[in-house]
Amino acid sequence: MTSLTSCILLSSLLFVIGLAGALTRRNAILVLIGIELMLNAANLNFIAFWRYHPHSETLTGFIFVIFSIGIAAAEAAVGLALIISLYRHTRTANIDEVISMRG
Amino acid sequence: MTWIVRNLWLIPALPALAAALSALTKQRNRRFASSLAIGSMALAFLLSLVAFAHALSSIGLSEREVLNFPWLQFGTEWLKLGWMLDPLTAVMLVMVTFVGLLIFIYSTGYMDHDENFTRFFCFLSLFAAAMLGVVIANSLLLLFMCWELVGLTSYLLIGFWYQKPSAAAAAKKAFITTRIGDLAFLLGMVWLYSQTGALLFYDQGAGCLENSAIATLVAHTTIAGMTVSTGIAILIFSGAIGKSGQVPLHVWLPDAMEGPTPVSALIHAATMVAAGVFLVARVYPLMSAGSAAHSTLASTPALQVVTWIGAITAVFAALIAVAQDDIKRILAYSTVSQLGYMMLGLGVGGVAVGMFHLITHAFFKALLFLGAGSVIHGCREEQDIHRMGGLRRYMPITFATYAIGMLALCGFPLFFSGFWSKDAILHAAVDWSYSRLPFYLAAFAALLTALYMTRQVYYVFLGERRATTAHEPAHTEDAGHLHECVLNDPHESPAVMTGPLVILAAFAILLGFIGTPAWPWFENFLHSETTSFNFAGFFENGIPLVMLTSTLIVFCGLGLGWWFYGRKPIVSAEAPDALEKLQPQIFNILRHKFYVDEFYQATFIRVNTWLSHLSDWFDRWIWNGVVWIVSHLILALSWLARSTDTYIVNAGFDEGCESVTAGGKLLARLQNGRTQSYVRLVGVAFTALVALLIWSVSR
Repeated sequence: MTSLTSCILLSSLLFVIGLAGALTRRNAILVLIGIELMLNAANLNFIAFWRYHPHSETLTGFIFVIFSIGIAAAEAAVGLALIISLYRHTRTANIDEVISMRG
Repeated sequence: MTWIVRNLWLIPALPALAAALSALTKQRNRRFASSLAIGSMALAFLLSLVAFAHALSSIGLSEREVLNFPWLQFGTEWLKLGWMLDPLTAVMLVMVTFVGLLIFIYSTGYMDHDENFTRFFCFLSLFAAAMLGVVIANSLLLLFMCWELVGLTSYLLIGFWYQKPSAAAAAKKAFITTRIGDLAFLLGMVWLYSQTGALLFYDQGAGCLENSAIATLVAHTTIAGMTVSTGIAILIFSGAIGKSGQVPLHVWLPDAMEGPTPVSALIHAATMVAAGVFLVARVYPLMSAGSAAHSTLASTPALQVVTWIGAITAVFAALIAVAQDDIKRILAYSTVSQLGYMMLGLGVGGVAVGMFHLITHAFFKALLFLGAGSVIHGCREEQDIHRMGGLRRYMPITFATYAIGMLALCGFPLFFSGFWSKDAILHAAVDWSYSRLPFYLAAFAALLTALYMTRQVYYVFLGERRATTAHEPAHTEDAGHLHECVLNDPHESPAVMTGPLVILAAFAILLGFIGTPAWPWFENFLHSETTSFNFAGFFENGIPLVMLTSTLIVFCGLGLGWWFYGRKPIVSAEAPDALEKLQPQIFNILRHKFYVDEFYQATFIRVNTWLSHLSDWFDRWIWNGVVWIVSHLILALSWLARSTDTYIVNAGFDEGCESVTAGGKLLARLQNGRTQSYVRLVGVAFTALVALLIWSVSR
C-alpha cells in the first residue's frame, strides 16, 4: 500500500465518519461538526494528491485548500448563526423537533 | 220552405236554453228560474200553434214538410239529422207544450216550499226540450238521442229528493228498466241502418219509412221466417215497451211516483210515457209493412205483438189498481193500463185511433195527477186514501175537476173525451180480423177502470173525513215541507194550482168532440184530409152497438163501485177494504202487484248480482293480480338497479378514491420536515447512482 493510498483511506474514513455524524446526530451543532469533518476530509484529499503529485512545486492544491479552509470557516460562522437563530425561535437545539416544514 | 218549418228547431231549443240558464243561476233566484221556464214554454206553445196552423192550412196540399241536414261524416258516408212538420207532429207539439205550460204554472205553487225550486225548473225545462226533440225528429238517431235525454231527465226528476233512499232507488230502477228496452231499440236501429242505409224517416224517397226502404225490408226474411221489417219493428217496439211501461217492463212506473206530483203528471202521465206510443205511431209504416190491406185491417206480426201486449197490460194493470192504497199508485197503474189501451188502439186501429186516446188521456190524466197533488198538498203530504175522506167539502174546485177527470177516464158517455177515444179503440178491436179476444180484454179493463176510479173517489172525496187530527205526515213527499196553515182541516189549494185544473177539465170535456164518428176531424187531420159533419156517421159500421156496450160497461163499473164503497160509508182508516173482505187472497195478490217485483228480484236481479260478484272477483284477483305482478316486477328491477349502483358502482368508486388517498398518505410520509432524513435519502440515492455508474462502466 502506497502512502497515497493510505492518505486517501484516511480522508475517506474521515469523510464517512463526518457523513455518519451529519446524518444521525440529534444536536444541530454536532451535525455542523460532521459537516466540518467532511470538509476537512476533502481538504486532506486535496493535500494528499498535491503532495504525491510529481510536480509538487506548484502550489495549486495548497492554495485550493487554503480557500477551502477559509470558506469552511465562513460557512461554520453562518451555520452557527443559523443554529443560534433557530434556538432563539424554538428553544431547542434538537433538530428532530424542528419539523414545521412537514408535508 | 215556410218560416215555421225552417225554424221548427226553436221549439225544443227555447226550453233547452231556459234549462241551461237556470242551471247557472243561484238557488235563491227562484222567480227568475221559474219565469224562464214558463216563459220559454209559453213561447214554445205559441210557436207550436203557428206550426199547427200551418199544418191545418196544408191539409190536402202536402203531407209533410221536412228539413234535413248533414251532421257527422265518417269516411265517405254522412249521418244526417233533420226535423219534420206533419199533422202528427203538429198535434203532439201543441199537446206537449200546452200541458207542459199548465204543469209548469202549477209547479210554481206546488214546489213553493221546496228549497230546490230552481233545480226543479231546470230539469223540467230540460225534459220539455228533450220531449219536443223526440216529437219533431225526422231521424231515428235524433229521436233516440232525445229519447235517452228524456230518460235521463226522468231519472233526475224521479230522484229529485235524492236524500230519500226510496226515491233514489226508484230513479235507478226507472232508468235501468227503460234502458233494457232502449237496448233493443238500439239494436233495431242498427239493423235498420244496415239494411236500408238510412236513418232519416223521410228524405225525398230515400228515407227508411219510404217505399223503397220498406220494400227492401219486407223482401228479406230472417230467423223463424219473419221478415226483416217485422224483426226491426218488434225491436223498436221493445224500446216503447220500456218507455211506456208495458207488461214485462212496467215495474218502474209505480215506483216513479216517488217523484214530486207535477213530475208524475207531466212525465209519467202525459208526455214521456206517451213517447213510446208516439214512436210506434211514427214508425207505423214500418210496423204495418207487408200487410196487404191498409190501416185498420192491417195485421202484420209486429202489430199483433203490439196489440196483444197492449191488451194484456191494460187488464193486468187495471187489476192491480183495484187493490192499491196510495192515491198516486192507483193513478200510476191506471196510466199503465191506459197505455196498454193506446198500444191496443195502435195495433188494431192504426195511428189515428191510438193517438186520439193519447191526446185525450194526456189531458185527463194530467188533470187527475194534478188534482191528486192538490189533495196531497191540502192534506199535508198524506197519500194513503184510507186516511182521507170527505174532501169534497174542503176542496170543492179540486173535487169538481177531479170528478170530471175521473168520468173522462172511465169513459162516461157523450160529454167526456175518454168516451169517444175509448170507443174508437173498442170499435176497432171488435172488427179486428185476427181475434176478438183483445176486445173482451179491453172491455173488462174498462169495467175495472170504472170500478177502481169510483173506489178512489169514494175513499178520497165522498163520505166523511177519516183523517186523524194530529197525525204525522206520511213522509212520502218532502218531509221538510212547512205549512203556513196551522189548522188541522184540509184546505183548498191556491189559484195558481187550481187554475190549471180548471183549464185541463175544460179540455177533458171539449177534446172529445174532435173525434166523434159524426165529425172525425182528428182522424182526417192525421191523414191530411178534410172533414165534414155527417150525423149519419153515428149509425154506420156497428157503431151504435159499440157505444151502447161501452156505456153499459161504464155504468156497470160505476154501479159496482157504488155497491162496494158507496152504500155503507167508510168510517175508520183501519177498516178493511170491502173487496178485501169479499176475497182476501185475491185482493192480497193484487195489492202485492202480482208479486212481479219479487219475481224479478229472485231471478234477474239475483243473476245480475251474481254476475257482478263474479266480475268483482275477476277484477280484484285477476286484473288486479296482473297489475300487481307487473308493478312488483318493476320494483324488483329498480331494486336491482339501485343495489348495483350502491354496492358496485358507488363502492368501487369509493374504494378507488380510498386507495388514492392511502397512496397519498404514504407518499406524504416522505415529507416529514426533518432535514436529516432528506439528506439520508440523498446519500442513499447518490450511492446507488455511483454504483450504477461503476457497474455500467465496467460492463
